[in-house]
Amino acid sequence: MKWLIAPALLAAVAAPWLADPYTTATLARILVLGLVAASVALLTGVAGLPTLGQTAPFAAGAYAAAHSSSVGVVQLLTAACVGAAFAALTTPLVVYARGVVVLMITLAIGELAVTAASRWRSVTGGTDGLAGMASPRPLWGLPVLDTDRARYLYALAVVGIVLCVVVLLLRGPAGMYLRGCRDDEARMRASGHPVNAYLAIAYIAAGAIAGLAGSLLVTTQQYLSPADFGFDIAALLLLGVVIGGAGSVVGAIAGTAVVLAARDWLSGLLPGRGPLLLGALFIVAAYALPRLRFRLRSAVT
Amino acid sequence: MDRVDPYLIPALDGVAYGLLLFVVASGLVLSFGVAGILNLAHGTLYAIGAYVAATLSDGSWLALLLALAAGVGAATAGGAALSGMLAAVPRGDHLTQALLTFGVALAGGSLLVMAFGAENLPVRVPATVDRPVDLAGHAYAGYRLVFIVVAAALALALHAVVNRTRAGMLVRAAVDDPDMVACLGVSPARVRLGVLAASGALAGTAGVLGAPIIGPGPSTAATVLLLSLVVVVLGGLGSVGGTLLAALAVGEIQTLGVALAPTAAPFLLFAAMAAVLAARSHGLIRRWSPA
Repeated sequence: MKWLIAPALLAAVAAPWLADPYTTATLARILVLGLVAASVALLTGVAGLPTLGQTAPFAAGAYAAAHSSSVGVVQLLTAACVGAAFAALTTPLVVYARGVVVLMITLAIGELAVTAASRWRSVTGGTDGLAGMASPRPLWGLPVLDTDRARYLYALAVVGIVLCVVVLLLRGPAGMYLRGCRDDEARMRASGHPVNAYLAIAYIAAGAIAGLAGSLLVTTQQYLSPADFGFDIAALLLLGVVIGGAGSVVGAIAGTAVVLAARDWLSGLLPGRGPLLLGALFIVAAYALPRLRFRLRSAVT
Repeated sequence: MDRVDPYLIPALDGVAYGLLLFVVASGLVLSFGVAGILNLAHGTLYAIGAYVAATLSDGSWLALLLALAAGVGAATAGGAALSGMLAAVPRGDHLTQALLTFGVALAGGSLLVMAFGAENLPVRVPATVDRPVDLAGHAYAGYRLVFIVVAAALALALHAVVNRTRAGMLVRAAVDDPDMVACLGVSPARVRLGVLAASGALAGTAGVLGAPIIGPGPSTAATVLLLSLVVVVLGGLGSVGGTLLAALAVGEIQTLGVALAPTAAPFLLFAAMAAVLAARSHGLIRRWSPA
């Protein structure tokens, strides 16, 4: 799969010159959700905490970014800090649980965050949403990102940098510890590793990544509403992560792109029947994926 | 007394709401605790019951009984069908189970909207209880009082079934040690079928009887699923009593909490979850993490 990365990167950079502005904006949104999916993959695949709740720090970061400065870097850092802070606050809810219990708790966290977002009108604009956010400039002195192409390239650059950092970190001891916690927690504990502390760090880091993606959402979409963080988005992300191969952070972005493309294609196919077809897609994927993965694995070995 | 007075009605509403959540959430506890399945389509089963009630109800007791039979039957069949669909998924594969049940919830919700329209449907309650009752100087909806009595009876019955019958013994054993239950010759597939059907029946019962409280509409399934998830998180999987207590607490937060502090209710749910989970993080939660 490695040989695919270079051409994919080339295509991603060239895309805004080849596609129309609408497609470019759609691609930018895919990148943003892909970054959230990467944080889901970090928790679900690498650390072994299956999550449906990364939309919550994503939302926290997005609303923080919408109220912060018009300089991209400051906005990104604010959003990442708020996302991390949200994750830190909810850490005790998540890191002591394992398996399906995590799935349930994170789902409740995500849903409650959406409910809170639709009630806290003074900050979030309620269900009407927030609109008319000014486009930021990436750094002091640089021009404002006023075209779809510029915003897309900005998102691409940020996502690329974050992914490189995450992948590099996961190749080192950090990744090894997390995979150790996932595969054999008892043995990690026996060798003196503070498993819950590792998981807490991973959870907070994933919250920071999701928060950062929230800032990108504000930049690329320039509109926020609680529907951007709904349960269906969380489920789409999880499906994207599973398709991308749960352990792979880069694969999560590819998987999310496939899922979002399928969703848009399906809802265009039969207008008004989108959710029905999407539900069918989930069911088919649930049956087809394990077999597909098994076949791939046996083909490799 | 004057200070308590305005909150009497919300508090009583909270009891009705909490008992409704208890019936739904105990279905979720069953499928989650016994079969290890996070059934994201549980709210959809409730919605089926509520839609049946809205369609059949015409203000007579006979119609309510008919709706109860039809709604519970449909939701039970739905639960059994889910169990059939989940048969191909290995027991420990939570991600695939979640994706599958979410797909069912999405498709099912869309089919319900296609069949019944995208509006919130009104539900008629039997005429004899469709009038306000005088309660310490306040008018209170008669149906809700009846509902409180019926749901309390259901809770008692559930407690008796779990603690006094052979089926209940099996359920408790399967929560404690599913592998040992399988070793003793009880087929896990049959346990799953029974549990999901029973869980569907509970959701359907709640849907039909609770339709005048949480009515059928496009967002019903999500609301019910979320609130019953919070109940399960708060109450744990240990006992019927724990679930009941948690459900009443969530009911009060959703009604009395909203009356006292309108904007803080979702945050209150967060806070309650955080407090309970932090308190039991080292003791109880170990017991109910299946992995």
